[in-house]
Parts: sequence; structure tokens; C-alpha cells
Amino acid sequence: MRKMKKKNWNLIIGCILGGSMLLLAIVGQFWTPYDPTQMNAVLKNQAPTLAHIMGTDNFGRDIFSRIMSGAWTTCFVAICTVLIGAAAGTVVGAVTGYFGGVVDHVVMRINDVLLSFPSVLLALVLVSLLGPGKNNIILALGILFIPSFARIVRSEFIRIRQMDFVWSARIMGAGSFRIMFVHILPNTLVSMLTAAAIGFNNAVLAEASMSYLGLGVQPPETSLGRMLFEAQTYLFNAPWYALFPGLTIVCIVLGFSLISEGLRAMGD
Amino acid sequence: MKYIGKRFITLIITLLCISAITFAAFSVIPGNASITKLGTDATPEQIAALEKELGLDQPVTTRYFNWLKDALRGDFGDSYQYDNTTVTSLLASRLPVTVLLAVMAFLLIILVSIPLGILSARFSGKLPDTLINVITQITMAIPPFFLGILLTYIFGLVLKWFQPGQFISPKESFWGCVRYLIFPAVAVALPKIAMVIKFLRNSVLGQMGQDYVRTAYSRGNTKSSVLYRHVLKNAFIPVITFMALIIAEILAGSIIVEQVFSVPGVGRLLITAISSRDYPVVQAIVTYVTALVVTINFLVDVLYQVIDPRIRTAG
Amino acid sequence: MKKRSVRSILLGVMVLTVSIALCACGGDKNAETETDNTSQEQDADAVAEETEGQAEAAGEPTQGGSVVVGKTQDLVSLDPHAVTDAGTRDVVFNLYEGLVKATPDGELKPAVASDYTISEDAKVYTFTLRDGITFHDGSAVTVDDIKYSLERFAEEQSDSSAFSIVEDVVIADDKTVEVHLSEGNSEFLPELTCGIIPASNEDVTGNPIGTGPFKFVSYAPGENLVMERYDGYWGEKAYLDQVTFKFVADVETAFMELQAGTLDILNYLTADQVSTLGDDFTIVNGSMNLVHAMYLNNDYEPLSNVKVRQALCYAVDRQSINDFLFGGASRLIGTHMIPSLTKYYNEETENLYEYNPEKAKELLAEAGYPDGFELSIMVPSAYSQHVSTAEIIAENLKAVGIDAKLELVEWSTWLSECYQGRKYQATVVGVDGKLSPSDWFAKYVSTDAKNFMNYKSEEFDKLFNEAYATVDADKKAELYKEAEMVLAQDAVNVFIEDPADFVAVNSKLAGYQFYPIAAQDMSTVYYAEQQ
Repeated sequence: MRKMKKKNWNLIIGCILGGSMLLLAIVGQFWTPYDPTQMNAVLKNQAPTLAHIMGTDNFGRDIFSRIMSGAWTTCFVAICTVLIGAAAGTVVGAVTGYFGGVVDHVVMRINDVLLSFPSVLLALVLVSLLGPGKNNIILALGILFIPSFARIVRSEFIRIRQMDFVWSARIMGAGSFRIMFVHILPNTLVSMLTAAAIGFNNAVLAEASMSYLGLGVQPPETSLGRMLFEAQTYLFNAPWYALFPGLTIVCIVLGFSLISEGLRAMGD
Repeated sequence: MKYIGKRFITLIITLLCISAITFAAFSVIPGNASITKLGTDATPEQIAALEKELGLDQPVTTRYFNWLKDALRGDFGDSYQYDNTTVTSLLASRLPVTVLLAVMAFLLIILVSIPLGILSARFSGKLPDTLINVITQITMAIPPFFLGILLTYIFGLVLKWFQPGQFISPKESFWGCVRYLIFPAVAVALPKIAMVIKFLRNSVLGQMGQDYVRTAYSRGNTKSSVLYRHVLKNAFIPVITFMALIIAEILAGSIIVEQVFSVPGVGRLLITAISSRDYPVVQAIVTYVTALVVTINFLVDVLYQVIDPRIRTAG
Repeated sequence: MKKRSVRSILLGVMVLTVSIALCACGGDKNAETETDNTSQEQDADAVAEETEGQAEAAGEPTQGGSVVVGKTQDLVSLDPHAVTDAGTRDVVFNLYEGLVKATPDGELKPAVASDYTISEDAKVYTFTLRDGITFHDGSAVTVDDIKYSLERFAEEQSDSSAFSIVEDVVIADDKTVEVHLSEGNSEFLPELTCGIIPASNEDVTGNPIGTGPFKFVSYAPGENLVMERYDGYWGEKAYLDQVTFKFVADVETAFMELQAGTLDILNYLTADQVSTLGDDFTIVNGSMNLVHAMYLNNDYEPLSNVKVRQALCYAVDRQSINDFLFGGASRLIGTHMIPSLTKYYNEETENLYEYNPEKAKELLAEAGYPDGFELSIMVPSAYSQHVSTAEIIAENLKAVGIDAKLELVEWSTWLSECYQGRKYQATVVGVDGKLSPSDWFAKYVSTDAKNFMNYKSEEFDKLFNEAYATVDADKKAELYKEAEMVLAQDAVNVFIEDPADFVAVNSKLAGYQFYPIAAQDMSTVYYAEQQ
């Protein structure tokens, strides 16, 4: 009983951190202190001041405003990626986990190979194929995220399909499709949410890496990874330019990994 | 034996698939080595002539099978972007650097994460555990390249402990090279250290709840002796598999980190090869990395069986 | 417990942030003078003064010493007859010489030949071999070597190149060579800067031999190329004993190496970088000899409308591009010609379109696009200068209602999609050229293979053909200038500038010279005597 009362600090701090970052990104869609693309030769590479709390970049643009709009792009890419990965992964995992057999064996072998392969390398090949840009990054990363979701959903399905309530449903004449998506799927919610939080993080990091290699989001749109890429040239003149987008990524990722920790603790 | 044979066939099939996919992918991307090499001054005839010389005018399937035939004999052909340079000699000059970086990162991971992971499990729920937990959470949230940028700025530009971009080749001075690679290795290793610590901690704690541990306690053993004599041996088995995954991640991490620190390794070669459409090089690197990753997985599986023969049935 | 440790970490991060900010303030002092337009211009002036100052203050040239020159791109080939890029030509300029060679002011002077004559109809070029000239291996240059080199070059250059009009290379006697052309061409001399190499050398790329002021020592791909002074050089011998061209992976790394002192000379610095360099380096200010512009696909609707193109010219603030990227040191241009080729450059095109968003909007409305349109600008992503320019242009265009998006592509994609395939709307790049003026303009002729702008103008074609056929130099220049005006009035492209080239040179060195073609001439560079 005492254990129940102990506060889930991970979840609380995670929600505050992750939530405030998301809020920042969403607010950035409607309001930013300055126009994030407004250039100003007079304000080139200025250190943080009261007017520009995170300083300005090489075009005199307000870094804080750009972070707000870039964070949205980054989060948007991550959310879409997770949705693609989770949706396709759920279908693959549900079918293989529920039915088992040869298909399961083959699909899972492919899955294992893909999972053991360096993800950046695969992403590089996929993006080279599709060409750079926001939509292509979403597609490439989404595809790369399918195996990990498939694995989680599959193991959950294997666990749950042997439970009593599934048996009862089957005796009552429910079809496979109904059992899979009406009876079993809702029970995988907590582990799916945990996986989604981790996936979101990986997607944020992957987007940043791709944009850092110059393959991601295209200007004038910006993302946190793109900002870091542009900032590296000015590391000596304007270190704040790299610092703040980097810290924003750290806060987002930290927030969501705490949330996933918290969710896992709840599940136990 | 039959199991090992089966895994070996999987290894071969994986290699074939990955190399075919890369080959197909790179034949669709706009631009080829001929256009890239000749640039804006070239006339269409010159481009066509070079395409012919490089064999780019042949269909993809022909080129793939030719490549495969040579690759099986260990001949990866000539680089398109550098005159008179074989892919093998290019890799031979770049591979040692990346391997050195990976080994250093791997050693760092083992040296730091195993003691800390055990410490964290030993004092689970107490101050050291909480402290380690908070630090690992934060380090896992830092993208490797941002870590690289921070390290470059703090230790390179401000403290001047190393000279950014001033890479020393291992041929010139092995220890100079090691010194330069320390910070890149830290940037690659840090996020993984956190992952291994967490994994080891959970694995140890999972074992602590097992029946045999309770038996050991009931025999009057202290917590430390149970931990070191019984638990660790069992807790390490899943960690070994995890380490195999980590090696793939180290290689992936070094592609980016090499970019940040201008380390002339395989990752950097890959990036330039992709942009100059130097397919023989791209193809060779992708094949090498795949072979490495798949082989390591294969070895881990075999090792696993030696440790715990029960797994054979599961395969 | 956990809460406290989080707090202490946050505190740690804050301390870090503050310390970084402090360092930043320290570093910022150099950049202080850089914060507004006027002082930027002063900066440029200061740079110019510094250059002149150096010339006066530089002590007597001393013999000997070695320098390391940074290059951010590896060589394409050491073969003087292969198709290469500007970076490669910069380097091999020191190794090879043609019958004639370029001078810093864009003229041609005899090199392997000591003298030449051009026939009235510009069909026969006659060269006299220089007495006593030798290759780097010590053997004498013969007329056979010249014939061999010219024929080899013609073969490498293929059918549609300028060299394809060479009908025959005739050896008149053992001192004289005649180049016969199938049609009269008064602009053929610059083509004869192609390197003369010994016919006996079988390994041209592995063991390059020429007649230049420096001879080849070694080349390691991706690492460096070393050359040393050739003491048997026919002309004024170089000062330096040894020159190393070091290939560095990227611009940032090269700049860090420069600051660390491992490079003595580095070109293509940005204005931001210039402002952070200390007294260890002198900044020599020249130009990149590029027509930096937003090139437009004249076939693409709505860019096919001349009013739309003119609107773009009015909408783009060229001066702000110059200020942001080059501290105002570039020369703004209005047509496809670089100011350094003074004889052919038409200055009147410069001020045809002053920055005027209102006028741009009017023109767009007249053309039937009062609400603007969407425009995709393709940019090769490896060139940060082009990417930044495109970003500024996109922001400028937003102000007149045009929604411009960048499409960053790899160089090979750019070459195949944009340059060869002409599948693009607009693109930002710099285009270079040779000493012969026709090389700059030929790409605007309707039927030319390199007309990636899809520009078609009967008026221009007529002027170009007339100028090309004219032998009289002054008449020729006049006609080309007229043709330039046609390009400007048609607003073929949004011409921006010939970008400033800031070269950092170790302050102990002097004598660095700029050429209107790709050449980093090391033979004039020397260590000045310390005063």
C-alpha cells in the first residue's frame, strides 16, 4: 500500500518537461516573439540579450522564435513517424503474433536483421533513394520504425492470446479479426504507449541526425537538427546558436524518456 | 551443428539481400559518377564516354551480377571518384581509424558501465542508484552529434585540450591518433554507456528475485557474496546479446561523430562516396558493415549456446 | 532525493551556459565592428587598405621556405587534358604551361612558345618554340611534344568543344608549329593555354611532367599534393622551395586548421571568418570570377514571362546578399560577365534593376500574378554560400508575395536534374568561364547544349554570332557589350554579384596574386624579409 502512495516522479517530471516543450512548439505555430524568418543585418550573431533571450543567428533572426517553429517541425516529424511505425507495426505484430507459423518465423527473422542493422545507415540509404525533405524523412523513418513496434505488439499478442478472456470470446463465436483488434489490442495499450514514447524520442534524435547531415527539413522551414547543422559553422563566433537548439532537443528527449519510464512503472 | 548451419545460411541470404537492395537503390538516385566527375564543362559525348568506361551504360542486373562475381573473389573494383585507386586500398586506409574509434568507444562502455551498473543494482533505490539513474537519463537524451559539438567547443575551442580538425593518422603516430580519438569516442560511447548501465541493472535485479537467490540467502550468504558469486554470472548472459546490438549502434554513431570531428574514417568515406555517386565504395562499405553486424550476431548466438545449451531448442 | 539531484544538474547546466556565454563575450569583441552596414563597408575598406599596406610594408623577397595551401576539394585528375574543376585548375596551374599562359590582368603571354602570329583570317596560328625550354625531367621541349599534346587535348575534349575546330597541327620546322583551324576564330588563343607535356611520358596522372615553375613530388588522394621549385624554369624562377596543397574535408575544418597555424594560405573565407582572424594573417581581397546568380528556367511558366523575371530582379535585394555574405566586398553585377575581364564588361548593366519591391509587385500584377506564385529554388547543398543566398532570396520574395521554397540537393543530383536535365524552376549557383569572352556567352545561344536556362532570343543569337565572327578586337568588345545588355534587359536570370574572394595569407608571406581564371600561382609568393 505504501508503495502505491509513492509519487511517480518520473511521470510527473517527464510530463512537465515534455509537455512544456510541446506547448512551446504548439504556441510557436500561432505566436512567436519575432518573425522566425525575418532577417536583420544589424542584429547579426548577437549574444543573448533581454530582447533576444537566446541571441540571434547569422542572418540576425531571433533564435528563440526559430526554436519555437523548429521544435514544431521536429515534433511533427516525430509524431508522424511514430504513427506510421505504430500502425504498420501493429498490423504486422498482431498478425504474426496471433497466427504464428511459418509467416511469423520468416517475418520475425527479417525483423531481427533490420533491428540489428545500424539505423542511421538504413535511413541514409532510404533518404538517398527518396530524396531529402520533410515528407521523405517521415516516410523513411516511419518504415524504419515498423520492426520495433512489430516486435513489441507480437510479444504482447502471444502473451494475451492465451489468457482466459480470449478463450471465452472465441467460445462465444468471435472471429479472429474481432478478437485481435477488439479484445487483445486494447490490452496492449500501456506497452504501446511506452513504446510510442521511446519511439518518439528515437524519431526526434533520428530527424536531428538526418537534418544534421543535410538530408532533412529544407529551408526556409527549420527544425532543431537543421538549426544545429547551420550553427556549427558559427561555433566560435556564436556558440549560443548551437547550444539552445541542442538543449531543446535534450529537454524533449529527456521529458519523453521519463514519461516512458513512468508509464512502465505504472504497468508493473 | 545443424543450428549453426542454419544460421550461416541466414547470414548469406541477409548479405545478398542487403547488397542487392543497396545496388537497386543507388541505380535510381539521380546523377551518376560520370556526370559528377566531369562537372559543368563536360559535353554529352564526354559523359557518355566515361559512362561506357565505368560500365554505367549496362543494365542494373548485369552490373550487380558482375559486381557480385568480383566481390566473391574479394575484388571490390576501382573507386569512381579517385583515379587509379582500388576500393580495397581506400578501405584499408580508412577502416583502421573507424575500428580504432569503435574499439575505444567499446572499451569505454565496458569500463564505465559495468561497475556503475552493478553499483546501481547493489544499491537499488538508494542514493547511488538514484544519482546514476538521473545521469543516465540525461546522457541518453543528448544526441551524439550535439555531444560532439559541445565537446569540440568546450575541450577544443575553449580549453584547447585538442586541436579540432587536426586529425593525426595512426601511421604517423598511433598514440597521437588515440589522443585525438578520445573525445569522438566519448561522444559515441556516452549515450550507450547509459543504456548498458540501465540494462545491466535491470538484468541483475531480475535475477535477484529468482528462487536460487533466495536459496543462497537462506544458506546465510551476504548480499555481496550472492551478487558476485551467483547473480552476475546469470545476469551477464542477456547483457552479451545487448552488447552485440550496441556494436551496430557504435558503428552507426561513428558515422555521424566522424562527421562532427572530421575523422577520416569509413563513415566519412561513405558520406562523400554517396554524394559523388561512387557506387563501388558505397557498395563495399554497406557490405562490410552488414557482414560485420550479422557475423557478430551469429557469433553471439554461438557463444550463447556454449554458455547455455538450452537455447538450442529455441532456435 | 531525485528532485534535489535534478536541481543540482540543472544548476550545473546553468553554470556551463554562463561560462560559455562569458567565453562568447570574449570572442565577440572582434566582431563588434561588424554589426551594421556602414561599418561593414568600412571593414571592406580596411581590408583593401591592409592589402595595399602589405605591399608597401612587405620586406625584400627572400629565397626559399615552404608553404602549405589549404584546399577543401580533392583533385579531379592530374592530367592537364582531362575535364576538371576550378579547384584542380588552381593547383595544376603551377605544374603545366601551354603555348601561351594567362597573366593576372587577363591577358595572354607567350610561355612554351616565345612568339606567335595569327593570320588575317584567324585560321592559322603560328608559334615559335622558346629556346632552351625544358621539361621537369630535364629533357628539352620539342615541336613533336607540342603536336602530341595538342592532338591529345583535342581527343580528350571531344567533338562539341571549342577545340573541335582544330583541323591540323603542322610542324613547319624544328622551331615552328602551325595550328590550322577549319573556320576563322579570333578567340582561339585562350584555348592554347592547354598544358604541353612530353610525348614520352606514359604515366601522365601518376608522374605528371610539365614545364611550369614547380615540379611534381607526390600526391596522396584525400591528403595532399607536394611540389617543389623547378630550377630549370625558363622564366622568373619561384621563390619558395616547396609548396604543399593539403586537402581538408570541409570548410570549417580548413578554417580551424588555419587558425591552428597548420595552413599558410586558404581562400574562399567568409566575411564572418575574416573578422575572427588575428594579426597572424593578412587578408588579400580578390574576386572568385564567378557569375553568382539565381538562374531561371525561361521555359517554366510563369518565369517565361519577361515581366515576371524583371519583377524578380527588382524584388531581390542584391546589396543585402553582398552585406550578409561578403561584408559588402563583392561587386554587384547585372549581366553574365565578370568585371575583371574589363575589356568586355558592360558596366551600364549594373544599375538596371535597383532593389524596389513596390515596382516588383506592379510588374507581377501587370504580368497577371498580383498574388504571386509558388517557386522552388534548387540549390546544391554542399555550397553554404549558395544556400544562404537562396535563403535571403526566399525572404525577399516573400515580401512581394512569391512563396519560394528551397530544394537542397546533392551536387550530382544538381548536375543531372538541373544542369543536364533542365528539370528545375530556379537555382542559385555560380558559373565560371575562360578567358575567351565567347565562353561566357555561348551558353545563352538558343541551340547551345549548355543553355540550361532555356533562353531563346533572336536578337542575342544574332549579336553573339556577329561578335564571335568579328576579328577586330574593339568591334568585338562593342558587340559583346551590346549582347550583355540584351541579357540584362531580358532579365534572363537574377544576376547578383561576382563574389569577393577573401584569401588568408600568413602575414610573413607576400606576393599572392589573383587571376581572372582558376589559378593559385605560387611562383610569385615569397617570405618577406623581417624588418
